[in-house]
Amino acid sequence: MIAKVAQLAMPSVHYLAIAPILVLLGGSLILMFVTAMTRARVSAVVATSVTVVTAASAFVLAFFQWRDVSIHGSTTTLAHAIALDGFGVLASAAIALGVGLTALVAHDWAHRARVVGAEFHILVLASASGAMMMAQANDLIVIFLGLEILSIGLYVLVAFDRHRSGSAEAALKYFLLGGFASAIFIYGVALTYGGAGSTNLSSIAYFLAHNFILQPGVLVAGLGLMLVGFAFKVAAVPFHVWSPDVYEGAPAPVTGYMASIVKVGAFAAVLRVIFGALTTQSESWRPLVWGLVVLSTLVGAAVALVQRNIKRLLAYSSISQAGFMLLGLWSASPSGVAGTLYYVVTYLPVVIATFAVVTLVGGEGETGHDLDHYRGLARRQPLLGAALAVLLLSQAGAPFTTGFFAKFAVITSAVDAGGSWLAVIAMVAAAIGGFFYVRLVLSLYSDDEGSGVRVAVPRLTGLVVAIGSISAVLFGVWPGPIANLAHHVYLLLP
Amino acid sequence: MTIPESWFLILAAVIFGIGMFGLLTRRSALIMFMCIELMLNAVNLTFVTFSRSLHDIGGQASVFFILVVAAAEVTVGLAIVVAIFRRRQSTAVDELSELRG
Repeated sequence: MIAKVAQLAMPSVHYLAIAPILVLLGGSLILMFVTAMTRARVSAVVATSVTVVTAASAFVLAFFQWRDVSIHGSTTTLAHAIALDGFGVLASAAIALGVGLTALVAHDWAHRARVVGAEFHILVLASASGAMMMAQANDLIVIFLGLEILSIGLYVLVAFDRHRSGSAEAALKYFLLGGFASAIFIYGVALTYGGAGSTNLSSIAYFLAHNFILQPGVLVAGLGLMLVGFAFKVAAVPFHVWSPDVYEGAPAPVTGYMASIVKVGAFAAVLRVIFGALTTQSESWRPLVWGLVVLSTLVGAAVALVQRNIKRLLAYSSISQAGFMLLGLWSASPSGVAGTLYYVVTYLPVVIATFAVVTLVGGEGETGHDLDHYRGLARRQPLLGAALAVLLLSQAGAPFTTGFFAKFAVITSAVDAGGSWLAVIAMVAAAIGGFFYVRLVLSLYSDDEGSGVRVAVPRLTGLVVAIGSISAVLFGVWPGPIANLAHHVYLLLP
Repeated sequence: MTIPESWFLILAAVIFGIGMFGLLTRRSALIMFMCIELMLNAVNLTFVTFSRSLHDIGGQASVFFILVVAAAEVTVGLAIVVAIFRRRQSTAVDELSELRG
């Protein structure tokens, strides 16, 4: 026994596969080291530039990974725990983009909210590396670790606004429910391990494809618990109760980060686990996903109608969007996977830019989140108002925006998979959602200015808003590139 | 006499249920933390049991990861509780009424 342990075999490492994760963690460590070593506070400019450069390098590395995948095909490394495939590369690139945009918004916000030091950026980088880990994981334990690295950083980020008591309260609420969700998820992993004999996704898929399970009780319970854990993280109804409160309490740039990066990481992982590894069990999980889709799309859109606070409204809107993203999973087909991936990747810049505008209008102490503050915004500040209108219309799924193609992709995949009724329900929900988005856009152009005031637009936040709205229109009239990418990524199917 | 493995699994499920019940009914943030820990330890017991019945070391290795994650979670969670306690001198979640769900 001891002799065996002495010959512990080290797994071979393909460094390119984990390079973006290492780069983000490295950037985080550099900032932490500088913070610990210098006596003066690290200046905000240094912290932001290090974060943006780190995110940009992770983004560039994705191109090298893409080339590697197109030459050698999908591979796994680190004892098959990490996968290098087109799916993970596209998700990682999106996460890197999200980190860069968040850092730019947070730079202006930190200045105004009197948040000093590099800690905010350290946490953003570290938690984003967790999201990337989830996107590339090929093992349930690695997904759990990525989920926790992502979540633990986020708990602190939500509590970051020390001048507002709502921030810490939201963090406690998020922490307790997030911990609950993680415990449920890992119990699901334990039961799946018992039912399928491994935590490795490829081994699970192989085992299930070659064995007939006589008593699938343990496996189905594990599958259900994992799905509940994921539903908590992406805030799908009925596991959404935390999200409006946490979205409202968290600092606005953090809310944008949560709404975008957590969704990319969690949806990448859910597709890998539920569609990739447990595809043979689809008659067990498709009814569950069906319920999540119907409830999330309808409840999210309907409750958003009566919200007066912009952050709560966007929280319910993001619940509804999560329902649409799950529609691609329900289809359980390659086109459904591509649809969901296209949806989350194009949703990311849009939602970060939307919350950048919310950060600006919210003002000091985040007091300006009532819908009245948005009344006549486009009359006072035509550019900012127009950008917000485009961002909202894209989330509503209006034609000539990315949101339209995203909804179109997931709904057609559902119809192809025999879910005509589900598609009808989703379209009804999209219509209800369209109503409140359009109502908000009309109020932006209203003559009656309400209690709104002119807000200053700092350069970096303005840049993020511009990137978000331009990407929504550009890839809306010319969807080719991203749709092409999304259709060419294949899950690492064993 | 050996105890059948299913007994361990049932015990783990019961502990997990107790933790879940406590988390949903108790109102002190610290007790709620403990309930999360209880749930994670029930998961550890499940992993070890399956690891033994499958003759696979992977399940026991997973336990270490879960232990580390649980420790990291508690560190952050207690820091948040301390931050709130400094403001309000209480850890009862009912009194956190600023955000209504």
